[in-house]
Amino acid sequence: MSDLPTAEEMLGNVKHRPPSTDWMDVPAEIRRGIACYAGNPKSLELLGHPNPRTWSCFDDDWQLPENWQQIIHEGFKERLEKFRSFKVFMDICVRCGACADKCHYFIGTGDPKNMPVLRAELLRSVYRNDFTRVGKLLGKINGARPMNYEVLKEWWSYLFQCSECRRCSLFCPYGIDTAEITIMGRELLNLLGLNIDWIVTPVANCYRTGNHLGIQPHAFKDMLDFFSDDLEEITGIRPEPQFNKKGADILFVTPSGDVFADPGTYTAMGYMMLFHFLQEKYGLDVTWSTYASEGGNFGFFTSHETMKRLNAKMYAEARRLGVKWILGGECGHMWRVIHQYMDTMNGPADFLEMPVNPITGTAFTNAASTKMVHIAEFTADLIKHGKLDLDPSRNDHLKVTFHDSCNPARGMGLFDEPRYVINKTCKHFYDMPENSIREQTFCCGSGSGLNAGEDMELRMAGGLPRASAVKTVRDRHGVNMMACVCAIDRAVLPDLMSYWVPEVDVTGVHELVGNALNLAGQHERTMNLRSEELAELQGTAEDTEGQTDE
Amino acid sequence: MNKRYILSLIAVVVLFLIAYLGVEAVPASKWLFGILIPYVALIVFVAGFIRRLLSWSRSAVPFAIPTTGGQQKSLKWIKPSTIDSPSSKSAVFIRMLLEIVTFRSLFRNTRMKLKEGRVTYQLEIFLWVGALAFHYAFFTVLFRHLRFFTHPTPLPVQLVENLDSFFRMEIMQDFIQIGVPGVYLSGLVLLAAVTYLFLRRIFIGNVKYISLASDYFPLFLIFGIAFTGIMMRYVLKTDVAAAKELTMGLVTFRWSIPGNVSSIFFVHLFFVSVLLAYFPFSKLMHLGGIFFSPTRNMRTDTRAVRHVNPWNYPVNVHTYEEYEDDFRDKMIEAGLPVDKMPEPQEASAEDEEPAAKPEEPEAGAADAATAPEEKE
Ligand code: HEM
Ligand code: SF4
Ligand code: SF4
Repeated sequence: MSDLPTAEEMLGNVKHRPPSTDWMDVPAEIRRGIACYAGNPKSLELLGHPNPRTWSCFDDDWQLPENWQQIIHEGFKERLEKFRSFKVFMDICVRCGACADKCHYFIGTGDPKNMPVLRAELLRSVYRNDFTRVGKLLGKINGARPMNYEVLKEWWSYLFQCSECRRCSLFCPYGIDTAEITIMGRELLNLLGLNIDWIVTPVANCYRTGNHLGIQPHAFKDMLDFFSDDLEEITGIRPEPQFNKKGADILFVTPSGDVFADPGTYTAMGYMMLFHFLQEKYGLDVTWSTYASEGGNFGFFTSHETMKRLNAKMYAEARRLGVKWILGGECGHMWRVIHQYMDTMNGPADFLEMPVNPITGTAFTNAASTKMVHIAEFTADLIKHGKLDLDPSRNDHLKVTFHDSCNPARGMGLFDEPRYVINKTCKHFYDMPENSIREQTFCCGSGSGLNAGEDMELRMAGGLPRASAVKTVRDRHGVNMMACVCAIDRAVLPDLMSYWVPEVDVTGVHELVGNALNLAGQHERTMNLRSEELAELQGTAEDTEGQTDE
Repeated sequence: MNKRYILSLIAVVVLFLIAYLGVEAVPASKWLFGILIPYVALIVFVAGFIRRLLSWSRSAVPFAIPTTGGQQKSLKWIKPSTIDSPSSKSAVFIRMLLEIVTFRSLFRNTRMKLKEGRVTYQLEIFLWVGALAFHYAFFTVLFRHLRFFTHPTPLPVQLVENLDSFFRMEIMQDFIQIGVPGVYLSGLVLLAAVTYLFLRRIFIGNVKYISLASDYFPLFLIFGIAFTGIMMRYVLKTDVAAAKELTMGLVTFRWSIPGNVSSIFFVHLFFVSVLLAYFPFSKLMHLGGIFFSPTRNMRTDTRAVRHVNPWNYPVNVHTYEEYEDDFRDKMIEAGLPVDKMPEPQEASAEDEEPAAKPEEPEAGAADAATAPEEKE
């Protein structure tokens, strides 16, 4: 990573002026720092995906099947029939350019092919050639071109520079969703065995062990045991999470990233405290599962079929355990899958009950069919009804802002629930500027499986708009903590912050809840979930106090 | 780059010459340009349009994928964003209506600028204004033209005509005395808006970069239509009554080519015919497409009501039983509940097989597990 440009260099290099050469005559450059490594053949084999082999995207020869053009053509045709979105989006773009500067990758890299409209044109150009007469007749002058190796490499390059965030679709007068086009494009690439390792290996792991990281059941339990150790030290109370428990009230599913890496682990500890609290006080019986130990779904970044294969475990496990309904942890793309795909793919979930919070009596009618509730909805409801014993002062040293993750934002509409929870657990909360939050939120720069290590330059560039907005609230209000409801965010935003806005740290919303939550019989809480001394933190916070506070 | 609009321009000029010279040189070709081609164009338009709509509707809608542009409907005490995150049919209707009559999404438009290392936004309302002006002017002009195809002219058409010509007259009378009863605002707005839309395509770098010949061509063509129309009305003073005789003939199938219809009229009509015939095969189909856009026309209550995928098919999944077979011993050792307790004898034999399989993925698993650390 030594050749990652500095923040200043990167900023200096961004130009938003396209070259004078026609875009079709500019070949894609597959470059280190931007591109991700090719998928491991073992992972493809395990999943039964086509064309497993050892290859590299930096090679000239990608070892494609003989008839790869035909495979793409037929795959394209099939998807045009199966997805109206794809067909309509291929046909109706007027190239008005309203979406152009809405993409964080375009903003951060200045590469014109990162304009959503041009990313889509990469596929559309082949569509015109293969499926429309006028297109074929007029050829290049009208943006049509036959599929060839160069074009394929261009697809690969730019379809893995799109995080499927849907920001473009919000601004398009017809709602053309380039994320949808990227999803189709990646499906087509996968027909040739073209995937990145950062996606396909987690998918293979998830398929077999139940989670992306390949954590086996006993290790999964061990990890939560570690958290119990920590919590015992911090609070004096030892939560005992339950696993694979038949007959529990609720199955809890969350991304495995939170079990594995900081700062997500603190969010996981927050969940454990919450469930412990609810069990002790109200007898709520929540179980974790080692089989459905992954909320995230990198299959979504591979193909609809792969998404379905991984997602199936949630309902299967809920049925096996005989729970009433499912509670989902903080994750971005996981929630797009649950909110817009799961019930359709793997439902109907008629073996579950309408989700009702037995403590407050609230029926989550918005999840009546899917029977899965977001933990921010769940916790907001508990707080609203005064069911939690909170002492927000343990978060007083934090000046918090909130990063709306793309998928809960534009694929779900989850905005006020997490904000409510934050406001009830923290004293200082400041939203970022209007153009960068809620439905207009910017991607972390590493979504849709692009959170690998080798594409750090792309990730830092793509995160520029987000970082820029954080910088604004840092300078204006002294913000020092960015909350989010996404495990990928928690994994990648710390890197992004240290690159662009070093003074700001990252937290999950339920870490804030955990810190505020009082457990019955706890000893004096001198540490936060990160085992940092609160007295020290509060001391340093006071030093910087001053211009802040509304 | 420029080739793209030059070629489109040339195409429109050639179309002009074909019609103009054709009619001038061979008077009999007036039947071709005045009668035959408009009919063919209309048939192509209608058939092509319907075919395209059918082809879209034949494609399945496997998933409900609305773009949620506001707060979801969840807890009772949280106010949902009814229009931007519509959870009912009527709310979707309103969302669509506002998209169509006000270009609501386009209204969100901003322009991004990098300033002193910050990403900043400016209001960018021009595209929205220009697009609205263009479409409404186009629609008004189209509507006014009904007077050529109806007799007597229906009241609403007369009303629009009056409204359309009213303002302009008041303003312009002092400056220019044009010898016709009123200048139509819509025609001029159309011309101005088309010009603006063209200019932004060549002056805004990004937009220029993405523009294709098929983006310039309709602009030139519509410019040509508006321009020939305005010329006929204000400059060349085409005999409107004669023109109406021809157009009424088209509607009533009593065809005639009145002698005193000028050549420019045939050019105008030819341009319109080309636009009609071109329409279904071009991006102009966004007129129909917007109604089919799944990110806009679907309800957001996707967790409350199940959407059915017509081609949903069973897939291979890794079942719990297979999972437990892979890890049973380890699970038991860790105190995790299992469904099937191994029977001492068979178990070892049964475990043999799955134990061999896991080897490879474990390597993969280890990879992924360590990778996040590498990236730090
Ligand atoms: C439901 C009806 C329609 C809606 C909602 C609609 C909406 C839009 C929008 C939002 C734009 C993008 C802004 C722009 O680039 O100017 C646009 C562009 C355009 N529309 Fe429409 N439109 C409709 C019908 C039509 C019709 C009937 C025509 C017939 C000529 C038309 C011709 C065009 C053209 C030529 C452009 C491209 C302008 C450019 O090059 O920038 N539209 N339309
Ligand atoms: S905003 Fe929509 S219509 Fe305009 S260029 Fe982008 S995708 Fe095409
Ligand atoms: S979905 Fe997001 S990343 Fe992809 S093109 Fe659109 S704005 Fe860019």
